[in-house]
Amino acid sequence: MENLDKKIRIEIIKMLVKRGFGHIGGSMSVVELLAVLYGEVMNVDPKNPNWEERDYLVLSKGHAGPALYSTLALKGFFDKEMLMTLNEPHTNLPSHCDRQKTPGIDMTTGSLGQGLSAAVGIAQAIKLQGKNNRVFTIVGDGELQEGQCFEALQYAAHHELDNLVVFVDENKLQLDGYTKDICKQGDLVTKFNTFDLHTVRCDGHDMKAIKESINNALVTPHKPSVIVLDTIKAKGVAFLENDLGNHHVRFTDEQIILLNEIVKELESEL
Amino acid sequence: MSILLKQVPALAKEEMRKVYSNTMSELANENKNIVLMEADLMGAIATKGYMDAHPDRFINVGIMEQHMMGLAAGLSVRGMVPFVHTFGPFATRRSYDQVFLSLGYAGLNAKIIGSDAGISASHNGGTHMPFEDIGLMRLIPNATVLEMSDHVMFDDVLKQVTDTYGLHYIRIVRKNMVQLYEAGSKFEIGKGITLREGNDAVIIATGIMIAEALKASEELKKEGINVGVVDMFTIKPLDTKLVKELAKSTKLIVTAENHNIIGGLGSAVLEALEDVPSKVKRVGVNDLFGQVGPQDFLQEEYKLTSKEIIRVIKENL
Repeated sequence: MENLDKKIRIEIIKMLVKRGFGHIGGSMSVVELLAVLYGEVMNVDPKNPNWEERDYLVLSKGHAGPALYSTLALKGFFDKEMLMTLNEPHTNLPSHCDRQKTPGIDMTTGSLGQGLSAAVGIAQAIKLQGKNNRVFTIVGDGELQEGQCFEALQYAAHHELDNLVVFVDENKLQLDGYTKDICKQGDLVTKFNTFDLHTVRCDGHDMKAIKESINNALVTPHKPSVIVLDTIKAKGVAFLENDLGNHHVRFTDEQIILLNEIVKELESEL
Repeated sequence: MSILLKQVPALAKEEMRKVYSNTMSELANENKNIVLMEADLMGAIATKGYMDAHPDRFINVGIMEQHMMGLAAGLSVRGMVPFVHTFGPFATRRSYDQVFLSLGYAGLNAKIIGSDAGISASHNGGTHMPFEDIGLMRLIPNATVLEMSDHVMFDDVLKQVTDTYGLHYIRIVRKNMVQLYEAGSKFEIGKGITLREGNDAVIIATGIMIAEALKASEELKKEGINVGVVDMFTIKPLDTKLVKELAKSTKLIVTAENHNIIGGLGSAVLEALEDVPSKVKRVGVNDLFGQVGPQDFLQEEYKLTSKEIIRVIKENL
């Protein structure tokens, strides 16, 4: 699908503007990744979201739900109009992903650190079942402060789950500020390589680079892969990029005007 | 149908853990989706027999209970039926958010076996002694919470939950329990079992307290006090119909549990009677932490005895 990244950005902004607030920062930083996964890599069937042969995605950083919802709608999992119901009472699109509500959502997430274990469980089940489906999961860099992530990664390495690719959205910010100021993590590539995980870093906004990293990950035998994506939180929204308060934003009238301009500009590029 | 043994209840020869390994091995022969998971307590629960029979569907996760619950969630997403065992406090308190969200809220299918119910944790002491696991698990919407009364029941319940989708918590004593039921008895989740009729008072009990309740009833009978005994292994869903009937047909209900009286069976019975005029007294751990000691010492220490049940009944009749 051409310009999928731009289309996803447009839909994210529209749905958050409609609501007036939302998790814009962490949604915008994973757009290129989702465009590559759903545009080029993953085997999915929008008409049959529970297809047993599909590849799985667990968005462990569940607050980036709006980015995934936009992607799923563009892929045809549900009508685009549904995007406008984000966070409305009784919506099927809650802030954080819910597998029981939204077609195409493989796991309920939102309590950080838990999605990674579930993704490992899906990958383990697929191995036990002798199948070849692939499992992708996206964690935040801040999320890696949760100890459960390290339980899951140790397990995945020990069980050689090479059908699993973990993406770390290293956007360097968490809700309260820079990740390095709150609890520094050091070089994640070095760290995870010592965990016996095939780990690489790549530009998280360069779709060609992402694709290449995934292709390499998928042919690395006996090791799960970690791809650390160097990203910018709120990428594409210039006035919020790297703003310390961009995790969850309640937009001012001026900001809404600016956001609408971004949509117009992106639309003109399609 | 469940049939109470005719002879005087005595410790069963068969350990609860033996039943776990044997019954699950048998079930896994038929059901290829069953996976047993341990967090480095295979030795304690003696599941080696299962592991040897089904090495491809046994996972010793390592000492990581939170991850084990998430892993179970992932297995369930793929249609497998995970049975997760660890000690009760680690199965519930330690990994509560994982059980609550990744399994409960996510609407997935998993069977959690919490061993060493209450004081049966004995010499492992306060860190390993769950007096709150039932309370925690009751707070998860749609979860089924059961406490096993003996090994005959455990065998039947394992078979039932294998074929029932949803989150089940099964609290067990690991070693020998008093055998209450004849081999082959069948049990219905949601239905309490009347073991003894009595119109003066009734004891609603779970787990090791059922044997104490039977003893108390026996003793009181000698004094002309007729006390019924109900096995309420199904704490959620509770048999509210039976509880309400008992409140109407007897003067006093005494609950007896190897658990904090806050949040467990006693609380559940009281909640069921909010609209029914009744008198309910709770025997159980009175909001205390666990400690080390042999089980008979702990039973006295926390007043989990027939003697205490008798005292409460006499004081309140």
